[in-house]
Amino acid sequence: MIEKTVAELSASLSRGDISSVELTQAYLDRINQYNSTLNAFVTVCEESALTQAAHADAARADGLTSPLLGIPLAHKDIFCTSGIKTSCGSKMLNNFIAPYDATVVSRFNDAGAVMLGKTNMDEFAMGSSNETSYFGPVKNPWDTDRVPGGSSGGSAAAIAADLCAMATGTDTGGSIRQPAAFCGITGLKPSYGRISRWGMIAFASSLDQAGPICKSAEDAALMLNAMAGLDTKDSTCADVPVEDYMADLNNSLQGLRIGIPRQHFAEGLSPEVEQAVREALGVYEKLGARLIDIDLPNNHLSVSAYYVVAPAEASANLSRFDGVRYGYRCANPVDLEDMYKRSRSEGFGDEVKRRIIVGTYALSAGFYDAYYRKAQKIRRLIKQDFNAAFQQVDIIIGPTSPHTAFMLGAKTDPVAMYLEDIYTIAVNLAGLPGMSVPAGLANGLPVGMHLVASDFAESRLLNVAHQFQLNTDWHRLRATAFEEGH
Amino acid sequence: MAFDKTEVEKVAQLARLHISDIEKDEVTGRIKDILALIDEMQSVDTDAVAPLAHPLDMTQRLREDDVTESNRRDELQQLAPEVEAGLYLVPKVIE
Repeated sequence: MIEKTVAELSASLSRGDISSVELTQAYLDRINQYNSTLNAFVTVCEESALTQAAHADAARADGLTSPLLGIPLAHKDIFCTSGIKTSCGSKMLNNFIAPYDATVVSRFNDAGAVMLGKTNMDEFAMGSSNETSYFGPVKNPWDTDRVPGGSSGGSAAAIAADLCAMATGTDTGGSIRQPAAFCGITGLKPSYGRISRWGMIAFASSLDQAGPICKSAEDAALMLNAMAGLDTKDSTCADVPVEDYMADLNNSLQGLRIGIPRQHFAEGLSPEVEQAVREALGVYEKLGARLIDIDLPNNHLSVSAYYVVAPAEASANLSRFDGVRYGYRCANPVDLEDMYKRSRSEGFGDEVKRRIIVGTYALSAGFYDAYYRKAQKIRRLIKQDFNAAFQQVDIIIGPTSPHTAFMLGAKTDPVAMYLEDIYTIAVNLAGLPGMSVPAGLANGLPVGMHLVASDFAESRLLNVAHQFQLNTDWHRLRATAFEEGH
Repeated sequence: MAFDKTEVEKVAQLARLHISDIEKDEVTGRIKDILALIDEMQSVDTDAVAPLAHPLDMTQRLREDDVTESNRRDELQQLAPEVEAGLYLVPKVIE
């Protein structure tokens, strides 16, 4: 049961094959069994989850039929949850209990979903391997000596090991898509502004976006239906009509024009990953799609522009952590300045401090034009590349990551880690929706296929991903050690 | 643009971070590597390009200046390291 998709579980719940309490207990048992190995959850809410499940069962008995009613989920620990610790993977917030729910959390509560707990993540979502978490790295269920990807690695590992039915993540430069690829599951980063960020701890405000991490494109559509839409509490949330994301899933792909960016199949891509993605593209050709080579000529500048924009915005956002109103405060400060400096230096980890320093430097007097303004100009070029591409094609497909999951501890050089997101970062800079779906195995490890659509074309993205999943079984594959009954 | 230990000290001060003497060399080296990556941007001529601050071609919404939140001071201050009589306490600032 626990390996089933949300769509399947929803049907089982409405038929009465299983109750939400039974289902919730099954996942709690899984978490108890495997979390010490995987470190995917940082908080488990056993009691409140069972209470929510009982409410869901009662609501169903009263005739309520929401598709997410009684479905157990996990939230990335970046979303504020009223009365339950929200740490953001940091010592800084290890004692932080939010006084309110994030809009994303409220929306799942309103839909009747059951929150099993909060998932581990890179500190303040800064990382591509989950190794910057104050609570220790998450392990990849496919090989526990390997990273799950990051920063939403806890959510991705939890889905891959069937510790929950669905999970939330956030993506600033690839933080949903890259862990989805490494863990062999489905992840969607919607368009910038599609989902409210109220109550989602800010990293880089012109890039951050929440999204679903789950077992199929159909599930991503079900989750997005609950998550998307205007929220007056978030002034950056787009006032764009929300579609029914289930409506177009079954559209034919006959005549679909798929753009294949030359720059995403160039030097640096592992041959095994390339082979898997090329075979996946063959599936699309059989479904009647046409493959068209395209260029994204400024893609190689995306990582450098991102590592100005993201740290600059992070340095501003993280200035709120001062040891005064909430969060960590150092012991026995001698004066106010000592309190600020030691609280921040002791509360933040090395990667967060590095990014604050880079960002502060980029924004400091005399350097603004050379760095932040320059990066914003590159950002325009990158957006224009995509605009030009979408004149020619309906969707862009390539690999999510240049290779499969790497070993824990293998990348100690920050710059090497930054280059992990070479195919995903441009999508955030341009604000487009992007998705990773499982497309095969390379040396026994999952390969992710990256799909990108134009602004607010999530329905198209989900349609193209769903049609692939109707014709392949990669999204059903589980690591042997975590198959049910093992 | 040279980036050295003095620069790290200056920027750390701006960001209110304390970098110990033992860490300073490593931090400087790491930041230099990151700045080298960033400097790839300088290879492109962008004189004629307008900066893009935000991916959406939209202006931010305004709302009426109405009070929409209730007063939850006591509850919010429970999160603070030190409070007294509704005030946040910090080390003495004025001698």
